[in-house]
Amino acid sequence: MIGDWLDIGWVNEIPVRGSRTVTVDGAGEIAVFRTGDDNVFALRNRCPHKGGPLSQGIVHGHSVACPLHNWNIALATGEAQGEDKGCTPTIPVKVDGGRVLICRTGTLQAAA
Amino acid sequence: MDFQDYRAGEHAADGPDTGPASPREHLVVIGNGMAGCRAVEELLARDAGRYRVTIFGAEPHVNYNRIMLSPVLAGEKSFDEIVINTADWYRENGIDLIVSDPVIAIDRAARTVTSRSGRVVAYDRLLIATGSDPFIIPVPGYDLPGVISFRDMKDVDTMVAAADAKNNGGGGEAIVIGGGLLGLEAAHGLSLRGMKVTVLHLPGTLMERQLDEAAGWLLKTALEARGQTILTGADTAEIFGQGKVEGVRLKDGREIPASLVVMAVGIRPSVALAREAGLEVGRGIKVDDHMVTSDPAILAVGECVEHDGQVYGLVAPLWDMCRSLADGLTGKVNPYRGSVTSTKLKVSGIDVFSAGDFSGAGAGCEDIVLRDASRGVYKRLVLQDDRIVGAVLYGDTGDGSWYFDLLRKGESVADLRDLLIFGQAFASGGGQADPKAAVAALSDDAEICGCNGVSKGQVVSCIAKGAHSLDAVRATCKASASCGSCTGLVETLLAITLGDDVQSGPKTMCKCTSFTHDDVRREIIAQGMKSIPEVMQKLHWGTPDGCASCRPALNYYLLCALPGDYVDDQQSRFVNERLHANIQKDGTYSVVPRMWGGLTNPRELRAIADVVEKYEAPMVKVTGGQRLDIFGIKKEDLPAVWADLNAAGMVSGHAYGKALRTVKTCVGSEWCRFGTQDSTGLGVRLEKMSWGSWMPHKFKIAVSGCPRNCAEATIKDFGVVCVDSGYELHVAGNGGIHVRATDLLCRVSTEQQVLDYCAAYIQLYREEARYLERTAPWVERVGIDYVKQRIVEDEVGREALCARFLYSQSFSQDDPWAARAEGGEREQHAHMAQFKPVKAEEMA
Repeated sequence: MIGDWLDIGWVNEIPVRGSRTVTVDGAGEIAVFRTGDDNVFALRNRCPHKGGPLSQGIVHGHSVACPLHNWNIALATGEAQGEDKGCTPTIPVKVDGGRVLICRTGTLQAAA
Repeated sequence: MDFQDYRAGEHAADGPDTGPASPREHLVVIGNGMAGCRAVEELLARDAGRYRVTIFGAEPHVNYNRIMLSPVLAGEKSFDEIVINTADWYRENGIDLIVSDPVIAIDRAARTVTSRSGRVVAYDRLLIATGSDPFIIPVPGYDLPGVISFRDMKDVDTMVAAADAKNNGGGGEAIVIGGGLLGLEAAHGLSLRGMKVTVLHLPGTLMERQLDEAAGWLLKTALEARGQTILTGADTAEIFGQGKVEGVRLKDGREIPASLVVMAVGIRPSVALAREAGLEVGRGIKVDDHMVTSDPAILAVGECVEHDGQVYGLVAPLWDMCRSLADGLTGKVNPYRGSVTSTKLKVSGIDVFSAGDFSGAGAGCEDIVLRDASRGVYKRLVLQDDRIVGAVLYGDTGDGSWYFDLLRKGESVADLRDLLIFGQAFASGGGQADPKAAVAALSDDAEICGCNGVSKGQVVSCIAKGAHSLDAVRATCKASASCGSCTGLVETLLAITLGDDVQSGPKTMCKCTSFTHDDVRREIIAQGMKSIPEVMQKLHWGTPDGCASCRPALNYYLLCALPGDYVDDQQSRFVNERLHANIQKDGTYSVVPRMWGGLTNPRELRAIADVVEKYEAPMVKVTGGQRLDIFGIKKEDLPAVWADLNAAGMVSGHAYGKALRTVKTCVGSEWCRFGTQDSTGLGVRLEKMSWGSWMPHKFKIAVSGCPRNCAEATIKDFGVVCVDSGYELHVAGNGGIHVRATDLLCRVSTEQQVLDYCAAYIQLYREEARYLERTAPWVERVGIDYVKQRIVEDEVGREALCARFLYSQSFSQDDPWAARAEGGEREQHAHMAQFKPVKAEEMA
């Protein structure tokens, strides 16, 4: 742990255009995404629509298509795209020396 | 000056009667933007050989669509997609384009211009199209690094870089000063790129020049719901920061931190060059009805001009001006009489329309207002003497063109008044909502495409001249080719103009490409493409890595074209195929082991029962395809479940895949009084042949032992009905939303023939159907006669199809569960990290 940042592992452990999950006991799951252009984003692993696990969706550009009903969620903002309305909490995330760090307080808030 | 004087001027000798031998007049254009280039386009359309043209541009680019900078900022389009005229266009039309070298002086006496690099070019006619400059409020700190405007590609690049820095852990929030159209588009783009955005707007209402308070409030609420902070009545006192922007201080003392400040408070005509040259300048460069300035050899067009006391900051008036200008330059009188403008907000998902004067200050003005809070709809029409003078629509802007048309015509709406606010369909059709009638009723000069200034008449004539599809219309007259908000109108015009003959044309694969599924498949084979990135590169995909629609399709097409060679792309597969199980509504999975032909035995039943107990599966169900489905398995437990089922000799049932699902059977001759053949045994053989194959969509087979058809073979993708003389083969049935009974393909006499015909049929489907097209719509599309011709009549072709299927199967028939159960791709199932919340004191 580095200050308010939680070290969750190597960025290479996340498949490109894919995602991995992080669990927080007693709360929920965080989905950590890695995009085609190698940006990393973290969202609560629940679609604002019907709670679908976003980590299992198809990542395209900076969006993910929810596996349940194909809502497209912007990875940067957590907002549903197009005609759909809703927002998934985002968690500040950064990559430092190849390690992925997510914000501790953000994680607890988002997962709660 | 008047138009006749201009034509009779000293250059009259170079008029239309000039023979080809005499030197052409040289038209020099200052400004490579939307107005300058459009004027040249209009000129070329009238008389391509009339002038020699040189264009000076300050930016290092070819002509691009400035109003589409917002989608570029939002990451929805690339720069290439907003280019209006490519380098080829300049070349093909003999235009000299000089970029990155703005004109800095005009010598009217010598008739030359001088550029920053010192280039001196002589002109016969000069066209000034310098557009406008962003207005910068001169508050302290306005010149700090990190304070930018939103005007050109360079600004977009700066904003994208700032947003990227933020995502990598540096940087901070963004502030947009100005809550007009431009500012809100900038805020939207930055917000989509992940920045925390605050909009500072001095007036109390967003877009106060276009919207009234009620609509402005709805807009503010909608933007706030998207996570932006909107501060109205916010008066900027200072932009502060050490060496670069750190934030903005308001006059009321509030401080807002930011690493980027975008000033989008307005634009003003760029007139410095004209003023120094001694041209008459008011708010803009003064022009007459033919866009001629106070110097008869110099014309001006676009946002830099003042016509009849008006300056314009929207794109539609440019088109009117350019038409008058080009007519004038080619000897036709077509005076410009000013423009009435309307505005559509292009921030995606928020529909706002405004036109005319809605301030209601004029004497004798009346308002008609419709407010439907629960639908988020607000409409206000301002009437004067029974004529519409202003309109504001929020939430439902479908009637915008109609109101705008009535407004521009100044027609009396006395007869419609009672129903006016409910829209055109209601007001003119007695409540019959027919969108076609509404569009049909529009006059020929009604504007369809605001981005490109295309009227209904132009669209209709372009359709009449042969543009019979949306793409053709876009290519020909550019309607709907920019922001796309008028696509529905253009499609309706196609339908009206072409009547029932309208060919909607094959749909493109998805919004990432202009190619259809069939085009893409053909090109993959023709060009020997081997990977998804290669397809996207060679076929000019419009998105960096496709979308959730095209990626699974491309993955399938490549897999089908290159069995054994193509490396499957896991990230282009829907979760069910990636995790080899069916995702359910609660995020758990269900698992269906293969039970060949629907048969099972004690060992398999025991293994399934054990799995259900061990992993506490809440439900087991017999599926419609005669298999057992185990529900409620957690993603983490899947590999262990598969290991247990594998241990009992069971493999994946592919119940999750676009693949062969099940072969349903009845008991047939072995037990049934009526059975004519061994339907169960044949079902097992069919399943053993075809399992594991990826297909365009799910595929179901059934074998019935007699025409009583207990296995329901006549609603399956491939159905066999056993009869005394052999086997009836049925295809293209479907028990889904649209129930469809099969077509009879043919009758055969041996089991081996059933297998061969089935393999050939599956392969034809695999090779020719579009992704996500089941066999029923596919056969309806190509016709059962075509399928018969390929499978029944063409024996050599059938054998080749069958051989290709079996070759492909030599790679496909491995159990995906086994590899995962042994630990392959473990990361698909394991969490990357697990945390327990820590108490505050432990943190310290």
